[in-house]
Amino acid sequence: MKFTEEHEWLRDEDGEMVVGITIHAAEQLGDVVFVELPEEGTTVSKDDEVVVIESVKAASDILAPVDGEITEVNSALAENPGMVNDDPQGEAWFFKMKVSDPSQMDEFMTEAAYLKFIG
Amino acid sequence: MDDLLQTPLYETHLRIGARMVPFAGYSMPVQYPMGVMKEHLHCRAAAGLFDVSHMGQVILSGASWEAVATAFERLVPMDVLGLEDGRQRYGFFTNDTGGIEDDLMFARRGDDLFVVVNAACKAADVARLRAVLEPEVTVTELTDRALIAVQGPSAEAVLAGLDPTAAGMRFMDVRDLTLGGAAVWASRSGYTGEDGFEISVANDEAEGLVETLLALDAVEPIGLGARDSLRLEAGLCLYGHDIDASTTPVEGALNWAIQKVRRAGGDRAGGFPGAEVILAQLSDGASRKRVGLLPEGRAPMREGVALFDAAEDGSQVGQITSGGFGPSVGAPVAMGYVDSDHSAIGTTLWGEVRGKRLPLSVAKLPFVAANFKR
Repeated sequence: MKFTEEHEWLRDEDGEMVVGITIHAAEQLGDVVFVELPEEGTTVSKDDEVVVIESVKAASDILAPVDGEITEVNSALAENPGMVNDDPQGEAWFFKMKVSDPSQMDEFMTEAAYLKFIG
Repeated sequence: MDDLLQTPLYETHLRIGARMVPFAGYSMPVQYPMGVMKEHLHCRAAAGLFDVSHMGQVILSGASWEAVATAFERLVPMDVLGLEDGRQRYGFFTNDTGGIEDDLMFARRGDDLFVVVNAACKAADVARLRAVLEPEVTVTELTDRALIAVQGPSAEAVLAGLDPTAAGMRFMDVRDLTLGGAAVWASRSGYTGEDGFEISVANDEAEGLVETLLALDAVEPIGLGARDSLRLEAGLCLYGHDIDASTTPVEGALNWAIQKVRRAGGDRAGGFPGAEVILAQLSDGASRKRVGLLPEGRAPMREGVALFDAAEDGSQVGQITSGGFGPSVGAPVAMGYVDSDHSAIGTTLWGEVRGKRLPLSVAKLPFVAANFKR
């Protein structure tokens, strides 16, 4: 698993990247009450706002970590947004994407480096 | 953050794991380890403990109850003189254009009036009281007292376990109680829509009282996050958001708080700032009104969302002033101002969220039934 400074994680699954937010990010957000997912098949650029996530406190965006195409979204989240708090680094993935330029992932952190990053 | 004020319970908050945020010049707990959602639900199921010591507590005293009450009526459109000893009312200071300068609770304690005002307004409120009422009335801000609230269906059992006379209080009664050795001023009121008590206690006894209460199984500490969702579901206004200096009591749907005796034809009609505007609106209505709003989808609609009368084009007919997810409702809830001709219960409007217009309907307030002991 790789981690970004935007508090996202990416996991390789059969050549596609599964994307979610970290346990730390979920704790900071508080109870998640609404998730708006992108359309499958959408082409995105790095830093596009692809997911809207609303907690009891505020709305936030999840950015595309790299350029690519959204191949699948976790529609269970729309029905049960609380999954993001229960299992952010497992069941509560947001989307899968086909990565256009794998070199964009070079800067991403290992889990150890991420844990150091959040202090 | 060095210049933030602290309540007498600051150390307690830190010790029990609160996340502190700046609020109205104070460092206040926004949530505890339980989290906003569970804190909210716990308060509606058992009892929640709130530190509201940032609020202003003021005593007005004078030659007699009549002198104090009559003087205070110059600042608020409420029946103060008719308040019985040991009873409390909701009220607000108005300005010359009929707007609301702050909302407040006032209680009669013998010949004195005990007033609780919002933290963000307290300096201005005390200045206003002094300017208008002194020297005939003495205005004393009580900086030596903390204020806590115990709210929820178990609140009565919690307090009665410490002082059985608490159980005899009705909604809006005020009484002196002895809670775990501390002599306190309690009122049966709150800001959650639940039964409950607000307790004024000496600063140096606050921590001990809170420890005693938190040791009980029914009681969990509740932060500002859940305080906001609780009051929103209860349809209660947050000053500076749902009401302010530019909104009148009639626009704010607070007509119920203005007793007959202060209205046109009453024995003490008018005589408060903005009376002309407010009395006219009481008889003729206002052009806009605060209403409850229920988004039809799952997306919360928050403060600032513009409201339209059509899914496309159309005109803006209002704006949301408070909104979020209602944990007890299990769906998003909101309040806002709409033009009066769009204020009927059931009217469909559209709120613009992230560039999309999403439907919501005008709904009856409160969103959860009040649970007061009348």
